[in-house]
Amino acid sequence: MTDTSMTPAAAAPEKSSLLVQDARTRKRNAAETRFRMYGMAAIAVGLLFLVFLFTSILRSGLPAFTQTVVEIEFTLTQEQFDTAESKMLKTGEYQKIFVNALSGQLNASGLDVDFDNKAIERIVGKPGGTIRSFFLENPDRIGTPVSFELAASSRVDGYLNGRITRDTLVDSRFLMATDLDLVDALQDAGIVKGAFNWNFITGTDSGVDNPGGAGLGASVIGSFFMMLVVLFLSLPIGVAASIYLEEFAPKNRWTDLIEVNISNLAAVPSIVFGILGLAVFIQFAGFPQSAPLVGGLVLTLMTLPTIIISTRASLAAVPPSIRDAALGVGASKMQSVFHHVLPLAMPGILTGTIIGLAQALGETAPLLLIGMVGFVAREYPETFVGGFTDANSAMPAQIYTWASRADPGFYEKAWGGIIILLLFLITMNAIAVLLRRRFERRW
Amino acid sequence: MNDMRIAERKVDTNEVKIAAKDVQVYYGDNHAIKDVSVEIEDKTVTAFIGPSGCGKSTFLRCINRMNDTIDVCRVTGDIMIDGEDIYDAKVDPVQLRAKVGMVFQKPNPFPKSIYDNVAYGPKIHGLAKNKADLDNIVENALRRGAIWDEVKDRLHAPGTGLSGGQQQRLCIARAIATEPEVLLMDEPCSALDPIATAQVEELIDELRKSYSVVIVTHSMQQAARVSQKTAFFHLGHLVEYGETTTIFTNPVDPRTESYITGRIG
Ligand SMILES: Nc1ncnc2c1ncn2[C@@H]1O[C@H](COP(=O)(O)OP(=O)(O)OP(=O)(O)O)[C@@H](O)[C@H]1O
Ligand SMILES: [Mg+2]
Repeated sequence: MTDTSMTPAAAAPEKSSLLVQDARTRKRNAAETRFRMYGMAAIAVGLLFLVFLFTSILRSGLPAFTQTVVEIEFTLTQEQFDTAESKMLKTGEYQKIFVNALSGQLNASGLDVDFDNKAIERIVGKPGGTIRSFFLENPDRIGTPVSFELAASSRVDGYLNGRITRDTLVDSRFLMATDLDLVDALQDAGIVKGAFNWNFITGTDSGVDNPGGAGLGASVIGSFFMMLVVLFLSLPIGVAASIYLEEFAPKNRWTDLIEVNISNLAAVPSIVFGILGLAVFIQFAGFPQSAPLVGGLVLTLMTLPTIIISTRASLAAVPPSIRDAALGVGASKMQSVFHHVLPLAMPGILTGTIIGLAQALGETAPLLLIGMVGFVAREYPETFVGGFTDANSAMPAQIYTWASRADPGFYEKAWGGIIILLLFLITMNAIAVLLRRRFERRW
Repeated sequence: MNDMRIAERKVDTNEVKIAAKDVQVYYGDNHAIKDVSVEIEDKTVTAFIGPSGCGKSTFLRCINRMNDTIDVCRVTGDIMIDGEDIYDAKVDPVQLRAKVGMVFQKPNPFPKSIYDNVAYGPKIHGLAKNKADLDNIVENALRRGAIWDEVKDRLHAPGTGLSGGQQQRLCIARAIATEPEVLLMDEPCSALDPIATAQVEELIDELRKSYSVVIVTHSMQQAARVSQKTAFFHLGHLVEYGETTTIFTNPVDPRTESYITGRIG
């Protein structure tokens, strides 16, 4: 019925061609093009920062994974052993044997550099002790060629990494300019070289003056036990709380109040949780200081709001028709939630949990307050329970401690630690993505 | 006003399955169902017709207490099934819904396999003694839902991967798999092609032998084809209720007449 009245009216304006864009269309298209440009520019800026960040992290951190070593092979005869053992200064004697072997090997490669015992000590410390204890423990190796790989001092390490150059080197009792000639010669002879620094991954924190021996291993374990606590507390508590709030709780003023408070908790600075943990768990409840258990409890408090918020969001995203369908065939409320709603919300819940865990893994401030500072990570826990209760540190706290130490060698370790931390975080995010893919279903 | 007419008929027809008296439903301040009293018979197909938004779905959802899940919804009055008040404090709505099955307006299969969709109800109600028994129930339900031939080769494919009409028939199969006594169907054919519609109508006719079926429909023809009783709703009121033939050929209320002839709606 409308057709008859509409057709003449529509025909009245002058005919426009579809092949020519009118002014409005041109304007709209221009606006869209501009918007796309802004978007791409924003992404480019973001990527640029990311690339910059990663290159600087890798450049500063990778040297932490290598360790300059002095590798020397020689045979200790029974006679030399007996003589050395009969001397007063036994390790000194071994050192002499070491130096002899070193100059022998240098000469053999046709390099002739003068050096003295002191220079050797500045480069590899006092090797005599290490050599002696090796032969005392392995007497059967006397008379056979043994290859020793001794860690070079952190200054030499720095020289080979480019952290110290001839221009910046100030002669000190740690390293002299002349030593660098020796190091160069040893490097040419293949005696000084870089090796993968396993100790950085498996070791524990060293003293403030020994960056070369510092390792992240103990703190990785500390972080691991903390994450166990966080996972096993915050996942069940958070998911149970969210299911109750989202599916069962009546909507009234109380639940509104709880909701607002959970959102607020998510915004509370982490250091507040740290001081709360110190007051409640350590001072009041008497849990051991610096224990990953306490760290885990504090981080659980921090992670809970994140998990609750993301879980509720994913529960709310499940279409209500699924609940109706379940109730319609006579399922109870609980059956409808656990059989139908929860499986559909699972990818969201898992992603939220892993993101919460990743946040907790990188958290530093609250750990410092409860005493999980870097320098307590001196040894591995001996038992599984000890993993929770023995004083330990965590990766970010260890990194923080290293970064605040004076020796530039630690600076490098801090960056190296950040690489390991980032590897863990990337792995966790990858797991989150995988789980998402795995559990995702259409409805 | 119709009560008398129904009372007259009751003698020569089936016994009353569902009896509603003075039912009022409010969504917050919105009075959606006003003073509805109706007696729905056993082994009968009853059609609810009326313009969109008049409260057909709302009233249907009162019968299996699905309205309980809507926070703002409030129901007063009595609804009795077999003489028992379903809004009694002692009644567990879960138990009620096992007895009163429902097919929803929009197809809503579970995002699980076709088999699991149908098997879910019997499983939670313990209707199958073993796997073979369950397989039987599923096959039967799918056959009665007029979808068996289309899905028998892919029982373990997701139910959500079916077409809209197939999904709706799957939902019907799911509803009858639990052997309800009353089946509520909210526009079950709105997404179906004429052939599938005919199959579902045949199914409804078949179900009438053992159940009381209530069907909401926008199609006058369908109401006329499948139902024995018709109720016409308008703006929350039950305007007219009676034999389908009477309603369609000789309506008492002018509103019924104008709706049927297409003047309101
Ligand atoms: N969940 C709800 N919350 C609030 N109001 C609702 C809700 N569901 C329905 N209503 C209201 O109740 C009235 C009746 O709705 P109902 O869904 O029962 O209509 P209907 O007859 O089934 O319509 P249709 O034929 O379009 O499906 C409408 O005015 C609607 O706005
Ligand atoms: Mg409806």
